[in-house]
Amino acid sequence: MFDSEIWQITALSIQVSVIATIISLLIGLPFGTWLALGNFRGRSFILSIINTGMALPPVVVGLVVAIMLWRSGPLGNLRLIYTPVAIIIAQTIIAAPVVTGLTAAALEALDPRLQQQLLGLGASRGQMVWNLWREARLPLLAALMAGFGSVISEVGASMMVGGNIRGQTRVLTTAIVLETSKGEFGQALALSTLLLVLTYLINLALTWIQQRGRKVDHSANTMLQSAPRK
Amino acid sequence: MFQIHDLIIQRNGRDALRVDSLDIQRGETLAVVGPNGAGKSTLLLALARLLNPARGEIIYDGKSLMQRNELEYRRKISFVFQAPLLMDMTVEQNVALGLKFRSTPKEEIQARIGKWAKQLDIESLLKRRAGQLSGGEAQRVSLARAFVLEPELMLLDEPFAALDPPTRAKLIEDLSVLLKEDSRTAVFVTHNLNEATKLSHRIAVIVDGVLRQVGTAKQIKTKPADENVKAFLQELPQ
Repeated sequence: MFDSEIWQITALSIQVSVIATIISLLIGLPFGTWLALGNFRGRSFILSIINTGMALPPVVVGLVVAIMLWRSGPLGNLRLIYTPVAIIIAQTIIAAPVVTGLTAAALEALDPRLQQQLLGLGASRGQMVWNLWREARLPLLAALMAGFGSVISEVGASMMVGGNIRGQTRVLTTAIVLETSKGEFGQALALSTLLLVLTYLINLALTWIQQRGRKVDHSANTMLQSAPRK
Repeated sequence: MFQIHDLIIQRNGRDALRVDSLDIQRGETLAVVGPNGAGKSTLLLALARLLNPARGEIIYDGKSLMQRNELEYRRKISFVFQAPLLMDMTVEQNVALGLKFRSTPKEEIQARIGKWAKQLDIESLLKRRAGQLSGGEAQRVSLARAFVLEPELMLLDEPFAALDPPTRAKLIEDLSVLLKEDSRTAVFVTHNLNEATKLSHRIAVIVDGVLRQVGTAKQIKTKPADENVKAFLQELPQ
């Protein structure tokens, strides 16, 4: 495998996983917020579906997306099968429930009176939600990291809907599977190391952002906010 | 300022508060007393339009609260809870929060923070983060965050209940001075009749989800409206 090919595979891996994570965030953040703050019939049922979705096996997602995008499938005329877009679709389906579920959990962990306090200070709904996000920024960034982690490391869906085509849809995980199947363990180990370093660097950046605002010991704040509820 | 008629507020599917009639005058401090779970906080939440009536109405300056623009109305009031509920930011940012919601100009925000930080003796805390404050300091910041809005109505829900007695006494003293100096309309929930007497013009007694009596401390002590009020007064520490 040539150096240029490795860089092309690495760049494609980053590209599809970052795009899928961003789309998952755009879906999961508002949806998770709606679930956490809403009080409507069927909320627990939807949450249970989302929580199940957090454990969706990538191969099952890959199978369903492949059936949908197959040339004879319902969306076959879009000609997306074996393209990077197909991988992004599959990875978004994997990451969106993770981001949604962890967003809902992060906001539900806040003191429920905080909503009333913000409204009581004159916040509009939008201002209230923004401040709740700000307050839950550490677990929300953890949700983002979990979403990214779930897609950068998956292989089943990328293989099934991307096809592992050299120069077009080959990503790091599918390349590792291919090299292993050929007995090229050295290549496979090198690619695995690259994947690990890449994942580490992206999570390092997100962790830095996450921890930047966390300069103080929060134990005192926890004490203040845990006064008895009436 | 407020006229409440025939009001019923429900929480979790049951009646949590019934108020047949209650008027609150502009500039008045009304204390609301009663046992735990009596419905005192429910009255405050209803006045803040954070709970809607199941029956009856609250008239504010001649117009039903439900017919008023929710956000516009809420920006005339401020609410202080028992827990300080400060955001994970600096004291200064916390105090500025409500003003920022109202898009108040920066200079005005700074001027108001300066004024109220001095009044509530939190000037030295402004750059500290909320998580670094003691309970008493945090409650002062919570009060400053409400006073800085200079609202038409302040709603205070047992803001000192979680504090130790000396801190509590000092804060009540300070609040008493502020409310008198400021002539601001306030509704103040407390368990403590002495606090209520010190801070308010009139006292409302709520027992078992019903507003039983409204009057001065003397009227309530000498002529309790019914057996429920009498029993509540007898249970209070002398």
